[in-house]
Amino acid sequence: MGALLAETLKGPSIDWFALSPLLVLLGGAMLLLVVGALTPPWPKHAEALFTVAVAVASGVLGVVLWHRVDQKGPKLLVGGALQFDRTYVWVVITIAIAIALAALLTDDYVRREGIDGPEVYALYMLSAIGGIVMGSANDLIVLFLGIEILSIALYVMAASHRKRIQSQEAGIKYFVLGGFSSAFFLYGAALIYGGTGSTNFTKIIGAFNSNINANRHHDAMILAGVALLLVGLSFKVAAVPFHFWAPDVYQGAPTPVTAFMASAAKVAAFAAMLRVLLEALPHWSADYRPVVWMLAVLSLVGGSIMAVVQTNVKRMLAFSSISHAGFMLVGVEAAVHLAGATGPNDGHSATLLYTLIYAVLVLGTFGVVTAVGRTGDNATDLGAFRGLGRQRPLLTGGMTVLLLAQAGVPLTSGFVAKFGVIRAAVEVHSYAVAIIAMLAAVIAAFLYLRIMISMWVTEPEAGDDAREAVKVPAPLAVAIGLSVAFTLVIGFFPGWLIHLAP
Amino acid sequence: MSGFPILTVLVLMPAIGALLVALVSSRRPDLVKVTALVNSVVTGGLSLWVLFAFKKGVAGFQFVSQHEWIHVWGISWHLGIDGISIFLVVLTGILFPLVIAGVDPHHDHKRYLSWMLLLEAGVLGSFVSLDLFLFFVFFEIVLVPMYFLIGGWGYDDRVYAATKFFLFTMVGSAFMLVGIIATAVLAKADNGHVTFDLIKIAENGSFAAGTGRWLFFAFAVAFAVKVPLFPLHTWLPDAHTQAPTGGSVILAAVLLKLGTYGLLRFGVFLFPAAAVWARPVFLTLATIGILWGAIAATMQTDLKRLVAYSSVAHLGFIVLGTFALTTEAVTGSVMQGINHGISTGGLFLLVGMIYERRHTREISKLKGLQKVAPVFAGVFMLVMLSSIGVPGLNGFVGEFLVLLGSFATARWWVVVAATGVILAALYMLWAYQRVFHGEPDDDNKKFPEMKWKEGMLMLPFLAIIVFTGVYPKPMLDRIEPSVKGLLTHVEQHSTWHVPTVEEGKG
Repeated sequence: MGALLAETLKGPSIDWFALSPLLVLLGGAMLLLVVGALTPPWPKHAEALFTVAVAVASGVLGVVLWHRVDQKGPKLLVGGALQFDRTYVWVVITIAIAIALAALLTDDYVRREGIDGPEVYALYMLSAIGGIVMGSANDLIVLFLGIEILSIALYVMAASHRKRIQSQEAGIKYFVLGGFSSAFFLYGAALIYGGTGSTNFTKIIGAFNSNINANRHHDAMILAGVALLLVGLSFKVAAVPFHFWAPDVYQGAPTPVTAFMASAAKVAAFAAMLRVLLEALPHWSADYRPVVWMLAVLSLVGGSIMAVVQTNVKRMLAFSSISHAGFMLVGVEAAVHLAGATGPNDGHSATLLYTLIYAVLVLGTFGVVTAVGRTGDNATDLGAFRGLGRQRPLLTGGMTVLLLAQAGVPLTSGFVAKFGVIRAAVEVHSYAVAIIAMLAAVIAAFLYLRIMISMWVTEPEAGDDAREAVKVPAPLAVAIGLSVAFTLVIGFFPGWLIHLAP
Repeated sequence: MSGFPILTVLVLMPAIGALLVALVSSRRPDLVKVTALVNSVVTGGLSLWVLFAFKKGVAGFQFVSQHEWIHVWGISWHLGIDGISIFLVVLTGILFPLVIAGVDPHHDHKRYLSWMLLLEAGVLGSFVSLDLFLFFVFFEIVLVPMYFLIGGWGYDDRVYAATKFFLFTMVGSAFMLVGIIATAVLAKADNGHVTFDLIKIAENGSFAAGTGRWLFFAFAVAFAVKVPLFPLHTWLPDAHTQAPTGGSVILAAVLLKLGTYGLLRFGVFLFPAAAVWARPVFLTLATIGILWGAIAATMQTDLKRLVAYSSVAHLGFIVLGTFALTTEAVTGSVMQGINHGISTGGLFLLVGMIYERRHTREISKLKGLQKVAPVFAGVFMLVMLSSIGVPGLNGFVGEFLVLLGSFATARWWVVVAATGVILAALYMLWAYQRVFHGEPDDDNKKFPEMKWKEGMLMLPFLAIIVFTGVYPKPMLDRIEPSVKGLLTHVEQHSTWHVPTVEEGKG
């Protein structure tokens, strides 16, 4: 009996080093919470700089691990629960960048709004852990845990601006709808388990290969499971028609949190989606491919058109983010064409490249919105940007670069991202979705032009001078500067990054 | 050629200038202007140097420089110039310093000049790119400075016009980007690897007839918007009317040529069979454009809008010549591209000067200017006659070659299009009559005569108009070999047979 117990409780061997980026983030978050609670308030900037340091450490570990993946190849971790491969490391690095930039955005913001404290930084790191788990999961239940860790932290962060009723509303809305989508996902996982006998990706494929024969392929239970999983993941990436939470949450949440949401959560959700579709369910690709196609087209067209009619910049950017999700789905669609095939998958790498580039772009863009939001974080309608070009030419110039990049103008990273997914789509002969995507980009361009016109061209109105001046504190300036620099560098010299994308 | 990467320098020079101008303090407007001017003059000088070092009688690309850029995607920095692009480059090189020196934007000089130089870099880059991706990059980047020039320094309706311009062109580009990628991907089988190299794809690419047509269509939409070809031309009158004078000049003279140049280089050269197949469509649209532009121009009450519609008609001739696919017609259309740049650019400058003086462009409010400003009227007359295509001036040479060359292969289209020449005389002369003839009323009595500075600005235009009109040979000598080379390429890759003039007679 004793021997049996020892046998069953023997834990899997754990490669601690491979998990180190997660552990660093966890340690950082704990340290910040515990020490922050016991010590007198930290000096200005200290919490943000600590978070940046932790994120950089985690990112550097990611780079080191990248080298290891290259040398020793991918493998499974923690008894087959997590995967250690290039996608995992890519997600680690992207999320580390997102934490660092978001922390810089948050630094002055929380003081300006009078809500400072270590909580939001700790939540960034904790939710990042969930994101990384999503990006490396090899099991539906682990993936679900990742989603929950990411989301619950995000719910709290969305509601973290205690003085704004919109922030509370965003938190509640995100929580209810997010819970709803988690339920979909979990039900889907249960049905897949029922149909295949496992929630582990490797075993799901194995089940198909060994005992699910041709007629089980069209098993309604598995198909329903696939559909529900897709619904759950589409909620997370905010694809039309599962996007309803996004505009309200993006608008209501504190702007730096919105930036973090649009970057880190998106890369995690897309990595997870690619994993589920390509690694767990490649045999059903013929069934779900049309669904992905439809999601892509609806998100592209719906996101762009709805973005155009908005007057609030945060809301515009929310819808534009939906349209960008459509672009990433074009990459996913291209990737699932090659589901099950071995060898390089252009759609896969193009999607992940897009998520990284978009993450940096959107962090910079929301950085500018953070500054323009002014005290109270409420000055985010188009009028608030009026005359910005005259008051703050440098900031406006940076914003212009970021917006042009979002519109996909060449020599910016946004063009490289779009080119990548369109190329992947054309490679697998998905011409229709490629053209729809480019036309949707034209519609979306109108929205970025509107913001630029407001900043540069629109004549000042009476009362403009009485508005609070737009302040750009140093950490925010650094974050926006880095984002703009990255946007331009990748625009001119994208080769190395494209080469790296898994 | 020598190892000096002259074309790379030519493209980067204005880009560096734009950066320099942006870095100069805006409290030093004089320094800003000098920096921009010196930079554009140097660029212009480089373009002239290329012209003089250009070997005539050579059909292929000269001054080629090729470096790897984005290796993973098979994209290289590949530049080269031939008889079809050389004069477009020189036109760009000459026009920018003139516009920068001669036209005052009235406010925010620094940003204006910075955008101008960036625009020049984009335009030059488009004309010398021999890589599909690189071309697209330049072709698209041009939109941004032009958008800001119209939106920032234009007239009342500028935001609408600028946005319309941006979105129209971007719709075309959307198709072209997908087309470019599809071309490169499909040509992989012929090249052995993915490359965006224009020459390699044109030489080796063997697209199935249907595929080739789709790809050609994807490119052609983008260029048809840019030219603009009827019925995609509606952005042009708005953009022209609302743009500041400098922007209008550049838009008409150089930017529209991106479309006609693109049709030749990335339409006919890349997809000869599809281009031959699509001939009737383009000939018809071009002819409709000629008549439509002419009739619309006749009915305009705004002088600038009139010139804008005359552009639609002139560009119709260029497209007609391109798709007639004979040596004379294509040579004529390449030449007409330059002539149109000079004459319409000149007209926009003159209309700009009228607006500066009278703050209106309404034809009905202008009267009898010849009496009070005879020199101004004379200059206007000469540029206008060049635009109409009067023999002895530059406009005639190109238009005549187009009509002559097209007669053999596109006879009925030419018959209809030739009426456009008469209509051009009608709307131009009628406008001249209304604006310059008669007794000036009180408002027009104080219309100032042409100033020295303005005269110096117009002088190069007049010189080119007369010189090319009287002695077009140096230009033709450089254009023709490349056109012949292009047509031989078309014959090799399609069923097309280029008739000689003698055959046309029979």
